[in-house]
Amino acid sequence: MAYSEKVIEHYENPRNVGSLDKNDPNVGTGLVGAPACGDVMKLQLKIGDDGVIQDAKFKTFGCGSAIASSSLVTEWVKGMTVDQAMEVKNTKIAEELNLPPVKIHCSVLAEDAIKAAIADYKAKRAR
Amino acid sequence: MALKLPIFMDNHSTTPVDPRVLEAMLPYFTTDFGNAASRTHVFGWRAEEAVEQARGHVAALIGASAKEIVFTSGATESDNLAIKGAAWFHKGRGNHLITVETEHKAVLDSMKRLEKEGFQVTYLPVETDGRVNLGKLEAAITDKTLLVSIMLANNEIGVIQDLVAIGELIKRKNKLTLFHTDAVQGIGKVPFDVEAARVDLASLTAHKMYGPKGVGALYVRRKPRVRIDPIIDGGGHERGMRSGTLNVPGIVGFGMAAKIAKDEMAAEGMRLLALREKLRKEIQARLPETFVNGSLEHRLPGNLNISFGYVEGESLLMALKELAVSSGSACTSASLEPSYVLRALGIGEEMAHSSLRFGLGRFNTEEEVDHVVSTIVEKVERLRALSPLWEMFQDGVDLKSIQWEAGAHH
Repeated sequence: MAYSEKVIEHYENPRNVGSLDKNDPNVGTGLVGAPACGDVMKLQLKIGDDGVIQDAKFKTFGCGSAIASSSLVTEWVKGMTVDQAMEVKNTKIAEELNLPPVKIHCSVLAEDAIKAAIADYKAKRAR
Repeated sequence: MALKLPIFMDNHSTTPVDPRVLEAMLPYFTTDFGNAASRTHVFGWRAEEAVEQARGHVAALIGASAKEIVFTSGATESDNLAIKGAAWFHKGRGNHLITVETEHKAVLDSMKRLEKEGFQVTYLPVETDGRVNLGKLEAAITDKTLLVSIMLANNEIGVIQDLVAIGELIKRKNKLTLFHTDAVQGIGKVPFDVEAARVDLASLTAHKMYGPKGVGALYVRRKPRVRIDPIIDGGGHERGMRSGTLNVPGIVGFGMAAKIAKDEMAAEGMRLLALREKLRKEIQARLPETFVNGSLEHRLPGNLNISFGYVEGESLLMALKELAVSSGSACTSASLEPSYVLRALGIGEEMAHSSLRFGLGRFNTEEEVDHVVSTIVEKVERLRALSPLWEMFQDGVDLKSIQWEAGAHH
């Protein structure tokens, strides 16, 4: 299968790989996908009291397109407010990376990861 | 000698043509280009003579006589001809066929076609090592069973079935049941004899044994005579079982490939086994959480199918762009389902997604194996550093304890 140049670039030089302290009240963790499906993404967002995303880290088990999708969203969401990050659509991710139809699910997973991380952050704050 | 990249270690998919094979073929494209069915001139006679010599070489490789070899376009056609041809010819005395879940698609889809026509098919499971359970096979054979199709060696995991025991069992249970084997992956790699295994029909192909693509054969037993319907009608070539002008250069190449395989199989098998074991042992010594899929004992010498825990196969392939191997993660195909062969072994889907298949062949070197080991170790370590599952494993989290959300595509 031929990958787009952008997928290869992110795959070879993934941005923001790593982990944040999941017990930090300002950190939201999203873990989406399933090993049996061949993709698992962990996305962590560090969110300031002003609601702005200060840092983002990811780890992904999955194909090159899944790794590239998660790497891309960590770049995008940094500096966004939580509300802006909730608006990131998988179609934009797929478009930016030129994902073929069989890889669209990777971009869906990246969108889900953002939403899951924010939901985790909000649940922590509500406590 | 400097290492040449990319390295081809996918010899189950196909093999390069041996230069000795190509040399034997060349005259039959230009000077000796005759139609082997032309009986009226020397061009036809020469072509026929070359075909008959090749037929003898192919027969000798499997312990058959030349008259039992029917040339075809390849193993897919041979499988179709054997299974459909036998079912159609013998449908008056039964309606049941037996095969195995890990067979090649050419066998499974021929069976599915017959099911649509009203035949009953039993798909036997395999044990966790990839081998057929003889007790289950025996229980499945009835007086209505027309044919049993079980492969010699599997194309993904290289597991070799005990065809001698299987053939004995089939003939003991129902002597009219025909025994077909897709022998493609094992031929020329491990000993195979149609008499010892009591095989009635055997599918062969040239391009997996350093011959050209587009030529194969079906062995059809003559004593006692096995009858099948043709699936291609026409000029009555190949004793009416396969009409169509013979691919003379291809057949000549197939014959030469068979001759070389017979002469060199023992030495080549030992060399490949040593290379395969070096590859396996060094990978497993340097990378924890790696698992060989299928029996190691009953396995083609050149095959290694191994899962790298917590690393997804397609991303690993992407990192190995200078190495030609294949993955059990079907993310590479449109289906998004992991290999049905690996799933039949009962290994988890996540481990199927994490597998690579190496197929070592005649032209691989120890230097290549060394290079592959160091590349694999480096890339797997990099991807594990990127893997949330590896991190969880390192932290002692039991991945089975987690309630995973269904993925977007499941």
